[in-house]
Amino acid sequence: MTKQQANWSPYDNNGGTCVAIAGADYCVIAADTRMSTGYSILTRDYSKISQLADKSVMASSGFQADVRALQKVLAARHLIYQHQHNKQMSCPAMAQLLSNTLYYKRFFPYYAFNVLGGLDNEGKGCVFTYDAVGSYERVGYSSQGSGATLITPFLDNQLKSPSPLLLPAKDAVTPLSESEAIDLVKTCFASATERDIYTGDKLEIVILNASGLRREYMELRKD
Amino acid sequence: MNVADSAPAMNNLLASNADSQRTLYPYVTGTSVVGIKYKDGILLAADMGGSYGSTLRYKTVERLKSVGKHSIIGASGEISDFQEIMRYLDELILYDNMWDDGNSLGPKEVHNYLTRVMYNRRNKFNPLWNSLVLGGVKNGQKHLGTVNMIGVHYEDNHVATGFGNHLARPILRDEWHENLTFEEGVKLLEKCMRVLLYRDRSAVNKLQIARITEDGVAVFPPYSLKTFWNFNAFQNPTVGAEGSW
Repeated sequence: MTKQQANWSPYDNNGGTCVAIAGADYCVIAADTRMSTGYSILTRDYSKISQLADKSVMASSGFQADVRALQKVLAARHLIYQHQHNKQMSCPAMAQLLSNTLYYKRFFPYYAFNVLGGLDNEGKGCVFTYDAVGSYERVGYSSQGSGATLITPFLDNQLKSPSPLLLPAKDAVTPLSESEAIDLVKTCFASATERDIYTGDKLEIVILNASGLRREYMELRKD
Repeated sequence: MNVADSAPAMNNLLASNADSQRTLYPYVTGTSVVGIKYKDGILLAADMGGSYGSTLRYKTVERLKSVGKHSIIGASGEISDFQEIMRYLDELILYDNMWDDGNSLGPKEVHNYLTRVMYNRRNKFNPLWNSLVLGGVKNGQKHLGTVNMIGVHYEDNHVATGFGNHLARPILRDEWHENLTFEEGVKLLEKCMRVLLYRDRSAVNKLQIARITEDGVAVFPPYSLKTFWNFNAFQNPTVGAEGSW
């Protein structure tokens, strides 16, 4: 008798797109607020963005239950870090922690596609981009999720820095101003919403800079 | 080492008795639950059917239950798993009461607890095969959320499970608003349940409505919806194609 196969999957894709752009002294992190399953919309008002530390904000799309569990694990670890070190985790430190946390479940992964944005130890904007099992890289901008294939080429066109192979290494953060970067993000999502069925409803934008954290919203198409 | 020796040993490891304990598929299931926020609190609706595959086997299954003083739960999916969840929740509420500290678990807390239970069972590949709706009011704050067997959860002004997502949510998106009275809320839920009755094969025409407000929970007695079947097209359905059914 052949072994019974499970006829359910522990994963689902709840859709959505995330973007982050690093500037000289700011970081913009954005994600839509639509949550879907299959061809249904579950809710139009669901945040994919989580503030992990003073200067680290993560946006995650993919399987919502895993995303929430991941956010909880990182929040708990950050609390322990604060107890032990009496200070907030820096963004590069959180980046490493996120990578390790993802790889910890290498053989039953968190189905979460993350971008981590924030300010590094010098106050410059930083963005880290991840795959589901923790492979990560510091970049000047990134997009993950269902609309990433539509947004990334556009960001490459607008923002791409010279190749990292060039010596001396050139800064990857964009010379754009904060408001220009926000407009760019809004344009990205307006475009992705047109063609990606899983992206839409509302856009949540988080801006991190020296003055702190600020949130903006923009309506997107609901179809 | 002899290959023939190791084969039966490996077989035991691969097809151990432990696997026969995991949930593979549901047996007795309930269909959609629909929930809405209204002016004074939350309204939930579910029919009383327990299907055994394609047989509508049980017709007095109560799929809406109160949880503590501030919450109500509605369940679709495997009924025995719902009964297990009720045991967990009764224990949760019992321990909460035993603190005797004037504090009580609100709907947000119960929803969070359920989410953790469902997600953890999914992690062990042994899910509770349910989609749950959890609604309640505490200190004037209304809460309405849902969680399913793999741990996906969210809150909204109106929620539904199963077929309700396809048939009821669009009606609610069009007609729900903040200030529904109790009568308007019930009418809206009945509209959703009627559509489900017409179009969901596992629905039965006997439903219950549950209400929760700051003052408490009320699970109303079951009743049936008026339906209309005398459409012309149903009178002689095979008139255009003799021999078909």
